[in-house]
Amino acid sequence: MPDKALSHLKVLELCDLVCGPYCTKLLADLGAEVIKIEPPGIGDKARQRGPFLNDIPHPERSGLFLYLNTNKSSITLDIGTSKGRDILKQLIKQADIFVEDNPPRMMKELGLTYKELKKINPRLGMTSITPFGQTGPYRDYKAFEMNLYHAGGEGYLLPIQSPDLSREPVKAGGLVGDCICGLSSAIATLAATYNMKETGMGQYIDASKQDVLMTMVLLEIAMYANLGVVRSRLARPLLMPVPMECRDGYIMISALTDREWEDLVKLMGNPSWSKDEKFSQWLLRHTHGDELNPHIEEWLKPFQKDELFHHLQENALAAAPVNTSEDLVHSAQMASRGFFAEVEHPEAGKLKQPTAPYKFSKTPVKIERAAPLLGQDNEAVYCGLLGYSKQELAKLKESGII
Amino acid sequence: MKRAALQGVRIADFCWLWAGAYATGLLAILGAEVIKIESMARVDPSRKMTVTIGHAFEGVDHSPVFNSINLNKLSIKLNLKQPKAVELAKKLVQISDVASQNMRPGAMDKLGLGYEALKEVKPDIIMLSSSSFGAEGPLRRYGGYAPSFAAYSGLTHLTGYSDAPPNPMTGSTDLMSATTGAFAILAALNHRQATGQGQHIDLSSVESLAVFTGDALMDYIMNGRVRTRRGNRDDVMAPHNCYRCRGDDNWVSIAVSTEEEWQALCRVMGNPGWARDRKFSDARGRWQNQEELDALITEWTVNYTHYELTGMLQKAGVAAFPSLSNQEIFSDPHFKERKLAVEVEHPVMKKQVVLGAPWKLSETPAEITKASPTMGENNEYVFGELLGMPGSEIKRLMDEQVIY
Repeated sequence: MPDKALSHLKVLELCDLVCGPYCTKLLADLGAEVIKIEPPGIGDKARQRGPFLNDIPHPERSGLFLYLNTNKSSITLDIGTSKGRDILKQLIKQADIFVEDNPPRMMKELGLTYKELKKINPRLGMTSITPFGQTGPYRDYKAFEMNLYHAGGEGYLLPIQSPDLSREPVKAGGLVGDCICGLSSAIATLAATYNMKETGMGQYIDASKQDVLMTMVLLEIAMYANLGVVRSRLARPLLMPVPMECRDGYIMISALTDREWEDLVKLMGNPSWSKDEKFSQWLLRHTHGDELNPHIEEWLKPFQKDELFHHLQENALAAAPVNTSEDLVHSAQMASRGFFAEVEHPEAGKLKQPTAPYKFSKTPVKIERAAPLLGQDNEAVYCGLLGYSKQELAKLKESGII
Repeated sequence: MKRAALQGVRIADFCWLWAGAYATGLLAILGAEVIKIESMARVDPSRKMTVTIGHAFEGVDHSPVFNSINLNKLSIKLNLKQPKAVELAKKLVQISDVASQNMRPGAMDKLGLGYEALKEVKPDIIMLSSSSFGAEGPLRRYGGYAPSFAAYSGLTHLTGYSDAPPNPMTGSTDLMSATTGAFAILAALNHRQATGQGQHIDLSSVESLAVFTGDALMDYIMNGRVRTRRGNRDDVMAPHNCYRCRGDDNWVSIAVSTEEEWQALCRVMGNPGWARDRKFSDARGRWQNQEELDALITEWTVNYTHYELTGMLQKAGVAAFPSLSNQEIFSDPHFKERKLAVEVEHPVMKKQVVLGAPWKLSETPAEITKASPTMGENNEYVFGELLGMPGSEIKRLMDEQVIY
């Protein structure tokens, strides 16, 4: 029995930067054979973006690229040439899944539409991930993660609980906008492969990043249509805890239910202010949050965030420290779950990397191969898989196609 | 009607709250038959109130929040504190492909419905257990809601302005964890399809968000740098921010990634004199002086609406888009044409607007076929048709508050 969940799937990736590569990374880390197609010379643009090892820019030492491309093979191919496209089509013939993130217009101009590709491989699942999808007036608009976070409706609401509207709305931190779109696209892709193995039928998936991001705030969006509620970043969700400042950082405390509130009051030593009528039930505590929070902050000020975290959790209160990356890397919980794995890379050396948020009992995620060097698998793929001779490969290299 | 991608897949859904419900909700939209196991003895809080706007609903079948994330699902009532209910739940698992739950680690085992127990009645069952910190590790017994697992994950620290406190985001973090759960189940389903083997999946909501901060984690691991929040700013791009526009709290996001785009932006702005300043002459200079640059750009953007600016800049090849409010989204022409919002008829609330699937599958469309179920709406189908119980027995178990 194979010890990897998706080892029966062959995936081709024609993507750049974060979103598309994250989508196929999810598949690769679960065992799918992923061949990443990069433009000759520069490769995936993520190779040009930091963080770089020791802050020295180098295309094989980008932490961003190393993170997003584990367990994949890399080949170089210029799909701008007709020979390059012929080769791509040979690869598509053998693939179960083709994930691409190029502008819809470009794929059309290159003759790489699903309509054409399914003639070569009717079982193919093709996933196109684009900013606004393949249809609609914005289909050719250009947008980066930040633009999309604002197009998707959550940006306008952040930072939540803003004191006023004088400052600009912001996107969420990290790579959230791109990664969630890659993850969501991977769901549709795996639904398509499941269906393909049942019916023998391939299909096309039009994944719109804007649509994905909108669904992440679907409750906020639908609230306008159903309840007429217009939301802004002034909004104070009920007992949505504000990060409260303690001695060495911030802590989040959710005391949502009456039981949780009573427990918190007890831990605070039953202060007299807590007996105020206006804090007597959850809706009132919500309405008077601005008066309530300073009292709690006053109480927790002398404590350290981890001290509070364990103290509150041991008393069945949902609290958590506001962690930094440093906190997370040193978290005993993460260590015990093996969330970070050591990966050996020929250029970047041995580095810890975050792995995956789930543990499969029979087919655990394994980072067996570090992110590939640019074109490191050219020979294996072109000669091994497609049967080109070494002379032909040299010729393709010479002409700049590979 | 076309086939649905997950047609024939049945899920015994013990999930509740947002982080659980939306995981199987996504699979229901893809065509799986998702049977929600609920009880009047333990009502899903999202049926009772919305924590987002502090509003209590009049009954358990009156929640637009519950409706939005439980579309296409069925519902049965089973009071799992009763041993007979546990037996019935196992019978349902026996004819299901997947079981899913997001109680605190250990709670399902206590009920006699842990993975080992379910595997005994259905050896190839796939089971998803989703919790704040995961089912293993020293913090496994700690609980949490979205704001706390987002805080622990590192995401909260990275969200907000550089000179203001960290920000917990909206309830989106719950749905992001749920999306991870849906993906994990699908991966396990694909594996079972190929091999016949089921398995248990232990998902940590903390980790489901931590993976979205890979750049910050790698920067710490490689360089010892602890990144912090920085509003809309980017590692290398500038300008890269939201700019105030004409109107009330209207903003346009603009991102410039190349010299060509910078020149295009300057042209659209009417080539102002300041743009020729040496400090803005290359990408590095613009990044280093971005605060000043942002102020200068704002002097221009305040004269136009966010949609006007989007049109002008996109035409010139510059990435720009309004920061949309929930109200504006409904009048946006692209949103209308993509038909992401659909109307469903709910048995109690009647007409409800919901958001459907964010992808268009050409052969197996992911469609909203029904509203969320009312509490126990499908008792008869599940207990009668699927489990073959006579009506008299169902009635007796209702009287005994087993089916309750």
